[in-house]
Order: sequence, then C-alpha cells, then structure tokens
Amino acid sequence: MPAISRDEVAHLARLSRLALSDAELDEFAGQLDSILSHVKTVAEVATDDVPPSANPNAITNVTRPDVIVPGLTPEQALSGAPAVEQDRFAVPQILGEEQ
Amino acid sequence: MTTDLTALDASVLASKIHAREVSSVEVTQAHLDRIAAVDGEINAFLHVAGEQALSAAKSVDDAIGSGQAPASALAGVPLALKDVFTTTDMPTTCGSKILEGWVSPYDATLTTKLREAGIPVLGKTNMDEFAMGSSTENSAYGPTRNPWDTTRIPGGSGGGSAAALASNQAPLAIGTDTGGSIRQPAAVTATVGTKPTYGTVSRFGLVACASSLDQGGPCGRSVLDTALLHEVIAGHDPRDSTSVNAPVRPVVEAARQGASGDLKGVRVGVVKELHSESYQPGVIASFDAAVAQLTELGAEVVEVSCPNFLHALAAYYLILPSEVSSNLARFDAMRYGMRVDDGNMSADQVMAATRAAGFGKEVKRRIMIGTYALSSGYYDAYYGSALKVRTLIARDFDKAYESVDVLVSPTSPFTPWKLGEKVNDPLAMYLSDLCTLPTNLAGHCAMSVPSGLSSDDGLPVGLQIMAPAMADERLYRVGAAYEAARGPIVR
Repeated sequence: MPAISRDEVAHLARLSRLALSDAELDEFAGQLDSILSHVKTVAEVATDDVPPSANPNAITNVTRPDVIVPGLTPEQALSGAPAVEQDRFAVPQILGEEQ
Repeated sequence: MTTDLTALDASVLASKIHAREVSSVEVTQAHLDRIAAVDGEINAFLHVAGEQALSAAKSVDDAIGSGQAPASALAGVPLALKDVFTTTDMPTTCGSKILEGWVSPYDATLTTKLREAGIPVLGKTNMDEFAMGSSTENSAYGPTRNPWDTTRIPGGSGGGSAAALASNQAPLAIGTDTGGSIRQPAAVTATVGTKPTYGTVSRFGLVACASSLDQGGPCGRSVLDTALLHEVIAGHDPRDSTSVNAPVRPVVEAARQGASGDLKGVRVGVVKELHSESYQPGVIASFDAAVAQLTELGAEVVEVSCPNFLHALAAYYLILPSEVSSNLARFDAMRYGMRVDDGNMSADQVMAATRAAGFGKEVKRRIMIGTYALSSGYYDAYYGSALKVRTLIARDFDKAYESVDVLVSPTSPFTPWKLGEKVNDPLAMYLSDLCTLPTNLAGHCAMSVPSGLSSDDGLPVGLQIMAPAMADERLYRVGAAYEAARGPIVR
C-alpha cells in the first residue's frame, strides 16, 4: 500500500500554496511515496521514553534590553516589493467576491 | 617569470599583501581575470562584483600603505560568498527564480564581518535552490561543474563555493551546512570545509532553510586557510537568538599546532556505522589509508559504534522538510521577490501561482513533505518521532566522546557522480548525505579534508573529522596533522 496517494499529494499542494500542474502531481506522487516510505521508519525507534530535541541549543527566552536601535527606512523595507502604494505594500484582493 | 597569484594559499597571499610585496588590488584582479577565463565552463558564480571587490581591495592597500595594521589576518585576500547570505551591493538569489534580481536592504552579520576584516567579496556563488540538494543541479541558474571533471557534479548545496576554490577562482569561500552542504562539496572537489558548532557563526541574514540545522562556515584549499577564515566569521551575535554567547574557539592555534604532525595522546574513533560495504570501494580504501596515517602520527585509533546513525537519514528528511515548509512560507509574493498576477487573481491565487512558478522541483517536494509531516494526525508519527531520533543520535555521540576526542568517517560514500545521474531519484541523491547528517542533527562540528584520489576512478575523496559542540579546535589539530602527513594531491 502506498504511504501517500495522488489525491493526498494534491491536497498537500493546496495546503502548501503550490499551484501544481497535473504532470507535476503525477511525478511527485510517486516520489513522495518512496521518500515517505523510507522516512516513516523513525516511528519504529522513537519509543515513549525518549524526549524530543527540537534544537541542539538549549536556549530559551533570549531577550535584550528594550532600547530603540536603527532599523530599515520605509524606502529600504519597500525596495524589493512587487508593488507599492502610498509607502505601503500593495497586495492583490484578499477576500474573494463571493465572501 | 611571475607567480600565479591564484594558485597560492590565502595565508601566503595575506603575508605578501601585508608585507607590501603585492597589493590586494593585484591579487583581486588576478582572481577576477581567472573568473573571466574559466567560469564560463565551471559556472561557480551567479554574480561577479568586480568593481566592489576592487574598491574593497584598494581600501586595504591604502590602509596598509599609510602604516595601519591589517584589519584581520586575511585582510586583502578575496573571497567567494555563497549566494544565501544577504548583501546590499549585489543580488541574493539563493539559486532560486523566486528571488531573481532581489537585492537585500541589509547585510548579513557574516557579510559585515567580511567587510570589517578587509576581505573583498568577488561575487556570489551558485547553489542548490535554498540549499536543498547535493549536486548544485537544483539551482535555477544551471549546474556548477566539477573542475576535476566537468561532466561531474561539484557536490551541493555549496557546489559553487567548492568549485571556485578548486578552479583557483577564489582562495577562500563561504558555505552553509544544513546536512553536509559545506563538507560534501569539499570532499568531491578536494578542498577543505568546516561546519562549525551550531550557533557559533551568526545566521542573521543567512536566508533560512532549516533553522535548527543551518550553519555558515569557512571553505579553503588548506586547513590553515580555513581556520583563519573560521576566526573571522565566528562570534556571538545578539541579532541571532540561537547564537552561542561564548568566546571563539582557538582554531588557528590548533591548525598551527597540528601542522607539526604530532597526534600523540589524541584518541580517534572510527564510526562502525559509517563504514559500509555499500560505499564505493575506492572511497573506503582512501579512508582506511587515512586512518592508518593517523595511527602513524601517534593517534590512538579505536572503532566505536553509533547505532542510531542508521536512522539519521530518515530523521533528517522529516525535520528538514518540516522546517523548510514553515520557513519558505515567507515567499508569498507580497513583500519581495517574484509575483505572478494576471490582474484578476485573489491574493491566495497569486501566492499559489507565484510559488509554483518560482520554486523548483526539489523545493516543492520538500515543502510538501514538511507540510505532511507537520499536519495533525501525522505529526506524532513523523515529525515527533524524528525529534526523538535526534535525541538518540546526540546520545550516541555523547557516549562515543566519553572514550575518544574525535570521530572519523568518509565524508561522502561516493566520489562525484555524473551530472544528471540522480536528478530524477531524490532518495538516491539523499543517500550521498549519509555520513554528514548526524553532526547537524546533534549541533556538533565537523570538517572535510581531502584524503587523496580514489583508486577506482581517480576522483577526490574526503576524510570527515567530527568533534563535540564547542570543540572545533580538535578538527583543526587533527586535520592539519593529517594534511601535512598526506602531502600534496597530484592530479
């Protein structure tokens, strides 16, 4: 049985905000299945008594004094923007017309 | 007859520049000429910044000429920078179409350190897109070719930096190592590369791949050059919350000590699980010869077992994609980079269309695997289990380091393969990272030093030396001793 179906890959693509073509879905479905079939073996060695490690550095809550330091100017922050209006990022319509 | 400046080590160039035997402008120009002559074939550079490099070189020459002490031990020696560190005076693309032509409004901390050290940046080097790959074939701007055999891969993701060194286009380079992207390219191009301890080189301005694994590091053609660069770029950075607040390890001193060739009292562990019959026979033969040489230098060599290393590949290819799927959500076509929009699309459609057009196949695969591993219902079995394996791997290391000072293995199970050979088989490509992944998962440090040419195909092989976190100097002592005993590699 495959670890992941083509329909599930299509769903993942939507969740990942990737507008994939049918040809890409066909190609990726098989590849993701072989990768997931390999990596799922981790569940066999990860027993309940082993704590997880998310980061090698055991640092938590790194803080700094709350002082103002120089940051980017609006011009610098907007310098790579695809579209700008009135010193702001101009973005496409966020809500669909039916919403 | 004039000396070919591009064939010299960085440490030699620095001495000559600081003694005013040659100027930094001459050295920098010689490398720019070399790039113009050979990079059409190699494709190590995505962007060459001749004017900026010469201007930085002139500042160094002027300062030395007016009697000032050099800004650093490498002041005036030019460098190739992986195109994943931000620079305000040249583009940063990460090998991706989605960032084509993008210029950062700020410099990475590492870039700032290079500028302050008086190191002219020759340009930005090619890489697998967002550092995902082992061959540099995942670059949107075409593959880099291995200078040892231009029909073969230069390793990845930092194939551009390694190839630039191996073809004398730069005497120094910067890479990043998330799962081996400094060490594996070093191995397959017969150059030196170090992945420093996690958190010891700032990630500020390093475009994120997998934040708990990513680590910038130095690349060179000798262990000493690599050590000199290591000390320039390491150090605490308040702008990186995972940065280690501790003094930089004395790696240059260790490299000089090691070059004397004495390893008496140094305990070396050969990792049983990273010495397999499935590796290329010539790689194993080269590794075994290197281990014999370490014994001759006085090291005590023993075999150690790290059984959970066998699960490193599976854990890594869950943890990395999970972090990638989160980090690369920032490429949403809203604030910078490419935007695909026919004028009638919603923001959601623009995001999906832009990401589909802007990302390459490997990046898409990893984003989807990460999205899967983090989704509810699968999280515990996949991502959660992978994090536990990460703990088990760290425990294996800790146990091994109770009885040895460093661990060794081949850097890569194979010599460089033919371009195109593995592009359609992602899992086969991942297998080339087998030996390098455990170090990243544990946050430790490791180096690749050339161990000669494989007896079966005449191509470069790397010796990997691993050490615990915050013991980077051990890599340099052992690496320099081995390098001196090995002698030059003759093509």
